[in-house]
Amino acid sequence: MLIVEHLPVLLIVISMLAAFTILIVGWWNKKTSFFISFATILVQFVMSIFILRHVMTVGTIYYWFGGWAPPWGIEYVIDALNAYVLVILLALSLICVTYSKRSIEHELPDKIVSFYALFQLLVTGLCGVTVTGDIFNMYVFVEIFSLAAYALIASRGKIALKASFTYLVLGALGACFFLLGIGFLYSVTGTLNMHDLSILLPPLYGNRVVQAAFVFFTVGLCVKMALFPVHTWLPDAHSFAPSEISAMLSGIIIEVSTYAFIRVCFSVYSLEFIIEYVPIFDFLCLVAGLGIIIGSVLAIAQYNLKRMLAYSSVSQMGYIMLAVGLSVSTHHALWGGLTPALMHILNHALMKGCLFLVAGAFIYKAELWNISDLQGLAKKMPYTCAAFTLAAISMIGVPPSVGFVSKVYIILACLDAGGWKIIFVAVLLLSTLLNLVYFWRVIEMMYMKRGEGEEGHSHSSSPVKVDEIPLSMLIPVLTLAILCIVVGIIWLMEIPIIGSFPILDRVNELFGLGVYAP
Amino acid sequence: MIVESISPLLAILCPVIGSIFVALFGKWPNIRECWTMLAAILQCLIVFSMVPTILGGDIIKYTFFTAFPNVDFGFSIDAFGLIFAITASFLWILVSSYSIGYMRGLNEHAQTRYYFFFCWAIFGAVGVAFAGNLLTMFVFYEILTVSTYPLVAHDQTPEALFAGRKYVAYLLTSGCFFLAAVILTYHFAGTTDFTNGGIPNLAEASRGALMALFAISLLGFMKAAWMPFHSWLPTAMAAPTPVSALLHAVAVVKAGVFGIVRVVCYIYGIDLMSDLGLGVVLASIAAFTMIVASLMAIAQDNLKKRLAYSTISQLSYILFGVALLNPMGVEGAMLHVPFHAFMKITLFMCAGAIIVASGKTNISEMKGLGRVMPVTMAAFAIGALGMSGIPPVCGFISKWYLALGTLEAHSLILLAVLMISSLLDIVYFFPIIYTAFFDTPEGEEFGNSRIKEASIFMLVPLTLTAIFSIIFCLFPNTFHIMDLVKLAVAGLGGGV
Repeated sequence: MLIVEHLPVLLIVISMLAAFTILIVGWWNKKTSFFISFATILVQFVMSIFILRHVMTVGTIYYWFGGWAPPWGIEYVIDALNAYVLVILLALSLICVTYSKRSIEHELPDKIVSFYALFQLLVTGLCGVTVTGDIFNMYVFVEIFSLAAYALIASRGKIALKASFTYLVLGALGACFFLLGIGFLYSVTGTLNMHDLSILLPPLYGNRVVQAAFVFFTVGLCVKMALFPVHTWLPDAHSFAPSEISAMLSGIIIEVSTYAFIRVCFSVYSLEFIIEYVPIFDFLCLVAGLGIIIGSVLAIAQYNLKRMLAYSSVSQMGYIMLAVGLSVSTHHALWGGLTPALMHILNHALMKGCLFLVAGAFIYKAELWNISDLQGLAKKMPYTCAAFTLAAISMIGVPPSVGFVSKVYIILACLDAGGWKIIFVAVLLLSTLLNLVYFWRVIEMMYMKRGEGEEGHSHSSSPVKVDEIPLSMLIPVLTLAILCIVVGIIWLMEIPIIGSFPILDRVNELFGLGVYAP
Repeated sequence: MIVESISPLLAILCPVIGSIFVALFGKWPNIRECWTMLAAILQCLIVFSMVPTILGGDIIKYTFFTAFPNVDFGFSIDAFGLIFAITASFLWILVSSYSIGYMRGLNEHAQTRYYFFFCWAIFGAVGVAFAGNLLTMFVFYEILTVSTYPLVAHDQTPEALFAGRKYVAYLLTSGCFFLAAVILTYHFAGTTDFTNGGIPNLAEASRGALMALFAISLLGFMKAAWMPFHSWLPTAMAAPTPVSALLHAVAVVKAGVFGIVRVVCYIYGIDLMSDLGLGVVLASIAAFTMIVASLMAIAQDNLKKRLAYSTISQLSYILFGVALLNPMGVEGAMLHVPFHAFMKITLFMCAGAIIVASGKTNISEMKGLGRVMPVTMAAFAIGALGMSGIPPVCGFISKWYLALGTLEAHSLILLAVLMISSLLDIVYFFPIIYTAFFDTPEGEEFGNSRIKEASIFMLVPLTLTAIFSIIFCLFPNTFHIMDLVKLAVAGLGGGV
């Protein structure tokens, strides 16, 4: 067995061990916690790249825990889908942890150790959900990352406690639904291994219990991914959490729940079930479409920057779920199947990650929470504001940014799906306009509105002193902002030859979607 | 024949590299301005170097990559694209020089930002001119919109911010329609390449769908300021005058008109347009805009606002010519692209020179101004004569072709519209000339002649454009404009 094939489990084990190490070592020396966390995530990230490479060149990795063959033992399975999500997840975690060093020292000086221990647990949980091939194991990891997230959101204290509690209640409810679904499936099949389930289930598709289980999975995961109308926990949680956690929450945590949903739909159940027995995807499209519009409208109504970004996430989750919903009815080689959805998972992680980190930078520097506080800030923090602008125009979808690529792909998918789904073209374009309204407001505030004490036609352009955030925060922010454009160009350029676009194509092949549809 | 060449890439890179140096040398104004001028001159030379190849009947192509099957992201330069590119890049040199005089004359703030985004706006405009298909055009069109926002809102006064917001709201909304048009065209025709005579596959779509697509395309080109989607343009006059001059008389609005001509002649094709009866629709919109905008121009006292309405009206001449769907009309329209640019930029530069020299913005305050600023007002008079279609200024040539086009289309009504509109042009331009030269000056400022001509940096460009406006009438083939237009029209095929 190659060492690469052990990496999935190593990924989880070192991460989990690091969490405890941070806690123990932190007693003696607080400063070490960041370095342990950073080193672990860096190693994990490198591992995930090796995993991706192995999956793409050799094939799916199966890891049997303790050598027990499934369905008796727990199995970790890594195919193109999880390898892809894993890389995004760890890349964003790496960026957020780099950023967190200075900002946590500043914001939560007493809680550094517990912050990094929890952060490491969060990453463990997220990785666990992505690598596992066992549905109960997946539930356990969902709980691990959720619990870590509840605690991290609450770490600021005061009002954040309420936000965390709301999330706790709704998140627990979602997890309950998920667990109920697992219980139902276990009661009829007697197995928890996903692959085993997918073999045993097809004859039982007509069974009400199996169908009810699917609905439970869907509802439970929709709560976790904050799909409208069960998004109500998200705005508070995002706005009161420390900013690197907001970035993680919005950039990857809710997307990992989407991953879980895709996994359940296509690996546990199958295309046949979704199309013939519980045709829920059209309904999902509608809900997602509503979410896109309502999320954006609510975002316009916000005056708190992070809250505005949070509502924007509700809208962006709508994009992803709309693309997931369309995936069963599209057949094109490029924009068929899950391609647009998975593409937007990456794109959204880049854009929203950047935006939340910038919002955090404003808070770090001068406790600027509201949009109206940002007046004339571009002179003071030119690089941070430039990063925000790049990410914001990506969100609006100005070419050649990632947002533009996502938008074009999803629109093409809508046209490909045809029929009544063409109305989503209008929904997406309307949403672009709404994005424009709330992001442009911020850009104008930062660049064009004159700061205080700068009245009139300033001939005496008294140079405002540049006062940037520390480099360890600035580099992550700028990296994400530049990636927003670079990745957009890469998406555009690599598209032509289907072979050169293998990851997402491989996912479609795996699930029989897009061109591989029967 | 298709020639692969990197010259379009080089041309487009000039403003990009220029912008980087402008930003780097922001602290040293003289060096910064040198970079702008250098980039402008270099770009213009590269664009001119393409003329012989194009005149030889070839098409210059440069492909970056294939974005979707059958849709390359790349440039493909034909005669019509080159006309627009020549206009934009040549005038950039003059406006750069003019900007130096204007910005320093008024001691404007944030000049580095101004020059930086100016470069990017030119990047967008020349990209639109070079684009080989709708997708590429869309990308540059959006870049143009975003990069001109800081220019429009340059003053950062509440009024300028409002103008900027309105500008972005209109143009990015229209960008959404443009995107929808790109994707729908791709959906129906399988490609978005500009093809002489239109994309053949497009005709297979249903009539209703094609009509809807045309409506969406028109909405996508609100930059053309056709009525009733024009109101961003007069508001955007809050921008510094060189911006209004280059961007709102040449680059931005022309990009819109250019796009519509591309859609009509190179996506739909003349035959399909007349089959669907869309020429009449476009002609009606254009005729309405021509007349109403001229009437509104009469009511303006602010000189820049009056020029803005005049622009709205003149842009529709181009749409009008294309809507005639015959060779003469299209020729007139294509000629009007560079000719109007030269005349309108003269007028705007004069308006700016007046602001810098005397601080006057309203026409009613300009009594006797021609006596103290003879050169500026003479150039203004030349531009105004040209706008009204009076020889020997080049506006006459394009109007002549447009009139021939209406006759060829056997439509006396359209001829009447053209004539009435020309008459209205005279109505709103002549009072300005009269006021400036023949009215008795009021107030003591003229007495001790505190007002002088503006600086040489401003005076030279506006004199040059005025002279060019005359040269274009006497020798329409200057810069091979006429040859290029003939070539473009000959390539259209179909009923032409």
